[in-house]
Amino acid sequence: MPDNNFNSAAGLVPEFSVPPISLRRRVTDQAMTGVAVLTVLVVLLPLFAIFAYLVYKGIGSINLAFLTQTPKPVGEPGGGMANAIVGSMVILGIASLLGVPLGIGAGIFLSEYGRNRYGDIVRFVSDVLNGVPSIVIGIVAYGLVVMRQKHFSALAGGVALAIMMIPTIARTTEQMLLLVPQAIREAAYGLGVSRWRTTLSITLRTATSGVITGVMLAFARVAGETAPLLFTAFGNQYWNWDSGQPTAALSLQIFTYAISPFDEWHRQAWAGALVLIVLIVSAVAAVRIAVKHGTLAGA
Amino acid sequence: MSNQALPRPRFNAPEPERGSKAALKVEARTTPLLQGKVSEIPDIVFGWTMRLCGLSVVALLGLIVYQLVVGSQLSWHAFGWKFFGQSDWNPVSDQYGALPFMYGTIVSSVLSLVIAVPLSIGVAVFITEMCPVGLRGIVSFTTELLAAIPSVVYGLWAIFVMVPILREYVQPFLAKTLGWTGLFSGPPYGIGMLAAGVILAIMIIPIISSITREVLTVVPQHQREAVLALGATRWEMIRMGVLRNARAGIVGAIILGLGRALGETMAVTMVIGNRAEIAKSLFAPGYTMASVLANEFTEATGDLYLSALIEIGLALFFVTIAVNGLARLMVWSVTRGQPARSNA
Repeated sequence: MPDNNFNSAAGLVPEFSVPPISLRRRVTDQAMTGVAVLTVLVVLLPLFAIFAYLVYKGIGSINLAFLTQTPKPVGEPGGGMANAIVGSMVILGIASLLGVPLGIGAGIFLSEYGRNRYGDIVRFVSDVLNGVPSIVIGIVAYGLVVMRQKHFSALAGGVALAIMMIPTIARTTEQMLLLVPQAIREAAYGLGVSRWRTTLSITLRTATSGVITGVMLAFARVAGETAPLLFTAFGNQYWNWDSGQPTAALSLQIFTYAISPFDEWHRQAWAGALVLIVLIVSAVAAVRIAVKHGTLAGA
Repeated sequence: MSNQALPRPRFNAPEPERGSKAALKVEARTTPLLQGKVSEIPDIVFGWTMRLCGLSVVALLGLIVYQLVVGSQLSWHAFGWKFFGQSDWNPVSDQYGALPFMYGTIVSSVLSLVIAVPLSIGVAVFITEMCPVGLRGIVSFTTELLAAIPSVVYGLWAIFVMVPILREYVQPFLAKTLGWTGLFSGPPYGIGMLAAGVILAIMIIPIISSITREVLTVVPQHQREAVLALGATRWEMIRMGVLRNARAGIVGAIILGLGRALGETMAVTMVIGNRAEIAKSLFAPGYTMASVLANEFTEATGDLYLSALIEIGLALFFVTIAVNGLARLMVWSVTRGQPARSNA
């Protein structure tokens, strides 16, 4: 080990005075520290700007009508995004229903059955899937669902978002399950508990809070997605309760309103963005609190 | 599952095969090893169900490739490789060439990297090497909060806040000082390639800086101590002891950021101007592969038109797959063997 050599060498050197560090080197050191602090400030600036502007513009536009009414035609003031809020929830519900079980299953495979070449392949593929642009996923869902059904639908949107959730959930579930000590599994096996029961009731149960956090991360990531919904859920100006019909989504509505030329719609886009962020943050926070204090708390 | 008490492993685990032998039950509870044969069927079923779930991830990738390849057949047969060399995009005369979109995607992504890379590395270095411990969590949390903002909200902010700032202050300044390069000429609309590059930079900073941070933390502590012991200042220690060792991982992080930038859709679509032209000036409007999909996919009336769009999607898919695969391998080469990163 180089460490040992170094130590013994240091012990042999009697006394020597450390030459002073030159001014140039000291200034460079200070300057680089300054630069690093500056980069942090520059990076955090847009974050605060976005949140401040969002709250400032959004708060003033949110009222009861915004939360309970459907969009009004161009030119008429008022109206809201109630159908889009509900539509987003429906689409996200479908996505979670499809994506969460598959994702967790894949995660269990990776951690409990995938410590081999096959696991490595699945691991690599899911990392790669994570990087596939969301708009491309939209095309795939279009081909899979919309082309077959012959019209846009909440189901298609849900499928697109589910495809995006699976790799993320798989990888975080795997990481969380790997944190569970091997000894706990062995203890269960030693007591004669079968492997499937150990995995579900011991391993997964111990890692519950971590797995749920991973699921929420995936949820938060797809909740604001717009690109894959453009040609799957498509959007809708009216109420729609049929998951086989075009459905409004908050993010789609924000996009449509933001690029429109009307001030009233711009105002509503800000309100929609604020509602979207509040919904995402509160969903994540609620589950986190439940995981920490409530009935979902793992071992 | 939620309200069930913490499961205590019972000694009589699998029940079915012992139903008739009631007398054995008590015995079996205390001496699990002596009980009758345990059925292996549930285990086999469970194991294969999980394997199927794992396989479904691979199947998804296959499905994506299949859908894109089949969908783009028509356009592939009509144009072949010429599709990627032609700059004519005309749905009326059914002539399609992807060059302007590829150009826009590459230029906006490279521009965003130019802005984002120094900033992200600065943030990562600050957090791992300089930051007081108390501040560390807050800074890294807030940086990663940037990643949680939906793309469409970035776009909204960019349209109404960033673009006016670019138009009023930044672009006139750039035109005056760097106008001679030809990159910053023409009327300052605000909207255009520059705006797309800046908003992309803001969006990819969290991913680059968080992975760089991960790579920097993996650099062994004795590397730092060794350089410091030789009399280096802190910056020299960071430069020689940390950054040099983490090179491959940082490059991987940058490429991951590139992959993200290439496929980013909504925010770019909202500020790039959406015009299929190749212009040298960064002030000019452009178009990217992702935004042409976002804008024209639902309006594509002809089969060839739709097919051409899907072919753009296919190209985008392959490029991001290649870029991401490369980046993953580079990051893995550095962080392999380290404990799994907690995402919590």
